[in-house]
Amino acid sequence: MIYLQLFLSMFQIGLFSVGGGYVAIPLIQHQVVELHGWLTATEFTDIITIAEMTPGPIAINSATFVGIRVAGIPGALVATFGCVLPSCCIVLVLARIYYKYRSLEGMRRILSGLRPAVVGMIASAGLSILLLALFVQGRLPQSPADLNLPGVLIFAAALVGLRRFRLSPLRVMAGTGLAGLILYPLLGL
Amino acid sequence: MTKKAALYGELFRSTFRLSAFTFGGGYVIVPLMRKRFVDQLHWIDEEEMLDLISVSQTSPGPIAVNASLMLGYRMAGVPGALITAFGTVLPPLLIISVISFFYQMFRSNYFVNAAMQGMQAGVAAVICGVVLDMGRSVLAGRNWLSGLILAGVFVAVYFYKVNVFWVILLCGAVGFFAGRGRRPKTGGKEEAE
Repeated sequence: MIYLQLFLSMFQIGLFSVGGGYVAIPLIQHQVVELHGWLTATEFTDIITIAEMTPGPIAINSATFVGIRVAGIPGALVATFGCVLPSCCIVLVLARIYYKYRSLEGMRRILSGLRPAVVGMIASAGLSILLLALFVQGRLPQSPADLNLPGVLIFAAALVGLRRFRLSPLRVMAGTGLAGLILYPLLGL
Repeated sequence: MTKKAALYGELFRSTFRLSAFTFGGGYVIVPLMRKRFVDQLHWIDEEEMLDLISVSQTSPGPIAVNASLMLGYRMAGVPGALITAFGTVLPPLLIISVISFFYQMFRSNYFVNAAMQGMQAGVAAVICGVVLDMGRSVLAGRNWLSGLILAGVFVAVYFYKVNVFWVILLCGAVGFFAGRGRRPKTGGKEEAE
């Protein structure tokens, strides 16, 4: 019963990937490559690359991909459903708790500790992405040659568009994609 | 009744559009959701936005899905949550289904890569923007504890790769024992627990 196997496997990935996409990757690899042999190691690397190039969470992208490979479109639906089901159940419980108790003194204090923490986490992810976008090696540059010039230009233009002209982030993302499509071939990179 | 249908429609449309643009990791959903639901629709405020994200982080599963579930529940209960979850899952499901048939070509295509490189710079700008905005609003009360938590979490996650689940747990505890439940004006009356 391949559908049941897919479902259970993805359910486990959804259930145990606490704390972001990069926790999910080894879990997915274990289930999909080592345990069931649904994908080869190379195919797995491919899907992670593709997941980074397409929108959406890595877990969902790989669930859909594995589902299709193993059992076609119905497989993709089953796998994706299995992957989000744990989230749905757990988040609904947490949402109830949050909206019921958020005005309590104790809860307000907990949340006052969490808000700056969330900003700190986003800042950390932001710095990684920033280095990746601005420098060739994705880390602090050793020489000026490490600077990714088109990346710097696009970043600066995007920031001006967002901050100065209050453009919607969706427009900015679409625009920067287009800019990359024009700029990189133009500079022969 | 039609009002409800309109709300469901808006929930689906918004989450579908946002999800179709969450390139470059889960946190990109934060600036996108903030713009749509805080700035444009005024459904929630900045503080609640941050709360939705931190609650999302304590649950397993992708942050984009979890945050959408929270928002859907907030606006329209369980049906709303199911609609937003569906809206968030659908774009990657469709896109990967299509790409899976010619993924090798897609992965090594020069123009796809050029567009992705450009978008990476865009993602960096979008995330920097939201960090500036949210950082300013979190630190607005000149609360030294908030500043300390922000800086400490940044160091822990960036340099020491601490799992965000533990970060949330610890910071929740710190907030509970040392934080202020109310606005600074009322004075932080300490209650021994």
